[in-house]
Parts: sequence; C-alpha cells; structure tokens
Amino acid sequence: MALTRNLRKYGMFYLMLLPGFLILLVNNYIPMLGVVIAFKNMTYPHANIIMNFIDSKWVGFENFKYLFKTSDAWIITRNTLLYNSLFIVLNLVIPVAFAIMLNELRSKFLARFHQSIIFLPYILSWVVVSYLVYGLLHDKNGFVNTTVLPFFGVDPVQWYFKIHAWPYILPIVNTIKNVGYYMVLYMAAIIGIDDEYYEAATIDGAGKWQQIMKITLPLLMPIMIIMTLLQIGRIFYADFGLFYQVPKESGVLFPVTNVIDTYVYRTFLAMGDSGLSSAAGLYQSTVGFVLVFLANWFVRRIDKDSALF
Amino acid sequence: MEASMTTPTEKAPSRPVNSVSPVGDWSIKIIFGLYSLMCIFPLALLVMVSFSSESDVIREGYKFIPKHFDLSAYKFVFEDWHNVLKSYGVSIFVTVVGTLLSLVIMALYAYPISRPDFPQRKFFTFFVFFTMLFNGGLVPWYLVYVKMLHLKDNIWALILPLLVSAFFVLIIRTFFATTIPGAVIESAKIDGAGEMRIFFKIVLPLSLPVLASTALFSTLNYWNDWFLSLVFIQKSDGYISVQYLMYKTLTNIQFLMTHTEAMNVIGGATKFPNETVRMAMAVIGIGPIIFAYPFFQKYFVKGLTVGAVKG
Repeated sequence: MALTRNLRKYGMFYLMLLPGFLILLVNNYIPMLGVVIAFKNMTYPHANIIMNFIDSKWVGFENFKYLFKTSDAWIITRNTLLYNSLFIVLNLVIPVAFAIMLNELRSKFLARFHQSIIFLPYILSWVVVSYLVYGLLHDKNGFVNTTVLPFFGVDPVQWYFKIHAWPYILPIVNTIKNVGYYMVLYMAAIIGIDDEYYEAATIDGAGKWQQIMKITLPLLMPIMIIMTLLQIGRIFYADFGLFYQVPKESGVLFPVTNVIDTYVYRTFLAMGDSGLSSAAGLYQSTVGFVLVFLANWFVRRIDKDSALF
Repeated sequence: MEASMTTPTEKAPSRPVNSVSPVGDWSIKIIFGLYSLMCIFPLALLVMVSFSSESDVIREGYKFIPKHFDLSAYKFVFEDWHNVLKSYGVSIFVTVVGTLLSLVIMALYAYPISRPDFPQRKFFTFFVFFTMLFNGGLVPWYLVYVKMLHLKDNIWALILPLLVSAFFVLIIRTFFATTIPGAVIESAKIDGAGEMRIFFKIVLPLSLPVLASTALFSTLNYWNDWFLSLVFIQKSDGYISVQYLMYKTLTNIQFLMTHTEAMNVIGGATKFPNETVRMAMAVIGIGPIIFAYPFFQKYFVKGLTVGAVKG
C-alpha cells in the first residue's frame, strides 16, 4: 500500500532518475561487482561474458601474490604516491601565490591578459601537450637541444632516454597544465573577501605582507583544504594522460614514469593479462577508497564544514 | 568577480591607497611576463614549425623563426583531407550529442534528489556520490563495454562512459536546492502543474548558469577525449576522433621512420615531410579550441564559482 502510494506520488521522479540510474549501473556498479574477476583465472571460451565468468576457475589471492612478487608493484605504488604528493603541494603553493600576486597587479588589463594565458594549458588535451613537450625535447630537432643548450654550450641530451630528468619534467608539465584552473578558483575566493577587512587593516597600519598572512590566507583556508582533500582522496589515482602521453611510452623511462594506471592499461590491453591487471586495479580502488575516508576523517576533526561527507 | 575583471581600470596617476609598491608591482609584472611566455612559447613554436620547410627542419631542427615559409606540410595533410574531415565529423558528433544527452540526463537526475519532500532522495544521492569514492577499475569496466554491450568500434563507446559525472550531478543538485525557492515549486503544484512541467518550465530556466558551465566542461571533456578511443577503437578506418588522429599521427610517423619498407611505399624518406606534417596535424587539431577559447574562458571562470559540492 505504502509502495503504491509512493509510486503514485513520486512516479515521475523515478522516471526522471531512470536514465542516469541505468548509466551509473552499467558504467559504475556492474564493474564494481566485476572486481571479483581479480580472484579468478579468467578464460573466454564462450561468446557470453557471464558464461565465461561462471566457467572461470577461482584462484583466491593468486593474482595478488603474483603481482606483489614483481618489482613493478613497488615501483608503480612509489611513483604514483610520490608524484601525486608533489603535485598536491605544487597545485596548492603556486596557484595560491599566483592568485594573490595577480590580484595585486595594478593594471587590471595585464591581470586579465595573464590570467587568460595561464588558464589556456588547462583546456588543452594531453595529446596536444605531448606534442608541445615533443617540440621542445625531441632529441634531434627539439628546441631545447637545437637552441637552448647550444646557447649555454651544453651538449644535446636524449631527453626521452634520460631517466633522471623525468622526475622534474613531469611535475613541471603537470603544474603548467593545471595551475590556471586552481589559480582561477583561488582568485574567485580572494575577490569574494570583503574589502572592509583590508580597509580596517590599512588604517591600523598593516602592510601588504601582514594583510596576506593575517587576512587573505586564513580566509582562503577552507577552499585550500577542500581542494587539497579532493586531491589526497585521489592520491592513488594517477593522471593517465600525463604519464602515458607525455613520455611517449619510452620503455627506458618506465622506472620513473610507470604508475598504477599505466601499468593496469599496459598489462591488460597491450599484454592481455586480465588477472594481473584486475588485481592491480582492485588494489588501487581499495587503497584509494580507504584513503578518501582517512583524508575526510582527518578534515572532519579539524574543520567540520570543510569535510566532503 | 566578473565586474572587477572586465573593467580595465585606467592606471591611476598616483599610487592608490593600499596597493603594492612600484617595486612589488614591477616584480609581479616580470614574474607573470616570464611565466606567460613559458606557457605560450611551446604553442607558438608548434605553429612556426608547421609553416617551415622540411629541409630546414632536418638541417637545423625546430626553430622559432622559419627560414623559409612553406605550406607543403599542410598540402600533404590535405591530400588526405577526407580523413581529417571524417575525424572532425566524429569529434563534433560525439561532442554535441554527448554534451546534450549528458546535460539532460544529469539535470533530470539532480532534480528529484534536490527536493526535500522526496523520501528516497538520500538513497539516490548516495547512489551517485558513491561512484566518486569507489570504482571497479579498468578491466571489469572494459569487459562490460566490450563483452557485455559489444560496443567495440562503436561510436557510442565514445559517448556513454562520460554521460554522468557524479561531481556535476551534485553541483547541479546543490544549485537546484539553494537557488530555486521552494515556494515557487509549491505554488506551481497548487496550480496543478505536474513535476515534468515544473522541471522544464520553472527549474531549468532558473538554472541556466549552472547548466551552461556544466555543458562547457562536458564539451571540453568530449572534445579532448582520446582515452576512450585508445581503449575501444581498434579499426584504423573506424571512428577516429581528432584527438585520436593526432595521437596516431605522432605514433604512426614514428612507425614510418622505424620501418623503412613503409617509407619506400610513399616514395622515400626525402619525399615525406614527416617533421612538419606532424606539427601541421597538431595545429589543425588545436585550432578550434584556440578559436573557442575566449568564449570558453569567460564562462569557465564564471562556472567555477557556481556552487560548491557537499555530499
């Protein structure tokens, strides 16, 4: 009775929810159930995936044992965590500094001009960015090797084979691509700050530096926490485009460019090993899930309003 | 924020109260001048190389100022114009259909969960929110699309996966819940309007800002996507989007350079302007984004400030 009343009253709501519900089901929830294939040795004798699933043998934690026996497991975990930690710091410090400085620029025309240029890389795809990096770093023709290094009298470098350079190149590329997005966000927050704070501070004789430290930064804190928390929650997920496109799959560089996402992609679609890759994928999802909760719990303790959930 | 950004205030003759010192102002100018140069230089270099002659590039590498202005790279790309045109067709179709569908589906989902009187709103909110916290990973996801739905080499494989983004559903929901007065909906209900009617006639017209910014992000996501092509598109004469064509050009030319037989088929390495062709291809791919950029930027910046997410 209650059900039919609910349906009669809210039937239209269920109809509205239906398309989105179905897409989430197919795109997100069925794959979530599908994580159990990490505990199976999948074979594909039938045309029907459900039949294949039923026929495949359960192997328990074999795939995981095999994964963690390889040196790859440690390398991809280390790379993912270290790069993302560095990105989180860079995505906080540089955009906040830029936003404060750009806001202080006296010529508003110049401020607008720079904002436009700094935001531009954010809307370019990683394919385009990989072209741009290629134009600079190509060993024979790249601008760095043909013009910059000769100017300083340094010999050309084979960048796509130079393993020690990439822990610097990747953060630089990532920062240039993403700074604009975070900067615009922080600028919006700064502009939202009431002028009266600054007027009162000026009357009291506070200089620029003091105003930034005592007014701007404390008032930016909530959004800084949210943005950082969002990234910490995803610290176990690497930006596939950055690590796949920009180093152009140079195998020599894998020790410093292989991350969990590129590893899962390569072992599955290039090597066809669904056991190993689904184990790595589940490892990523599970640890990632725990990390979101930890990050959120931590923020809740400091500032309840800044927590995600 | 828009007001203060769009009015280019004339430089004040004397230093206004509480603005940075001239030294500070100049340091900021120099820092941003250098940084902006760093952002724009690689793009400019790409364009310049695409207009260079191949022999210059082979002799001297990529130079910022081309010695000889040369269009042969573009001529070569347009020899193959039907491929370029087809890719544009694929990208435009995926972007337009994807964005429109995505907008309608997400707004339809966001509306019921924004209504405080809907008893199941907590469940459906959690249903979408949870997808931000956990996912099945690439392998099961791939198997669903390829082995269950059989969408390999199908254009819908480039559209479906990006249709519903939990993040934007929650943003739209927050917007509905905070900016549409409950009293307006109540009075429409008293006047006998159904939920669909209320949604299309009252809620959507009042929500244009959030819908516009969602649509822009969606457009960008579809236009810039190459990952779905990488995973789902195998046939070389299949649905190759502009991004994927650019990606393939980069890798295929490498293929040509490492496989000399393939080079002979097109008449030898000397006849093939591979360095400049690659860059011309990139320019053709980037072009639309650069032209749409001023428009994009204006609404993006606005959109970023529309409502924060809370679960």
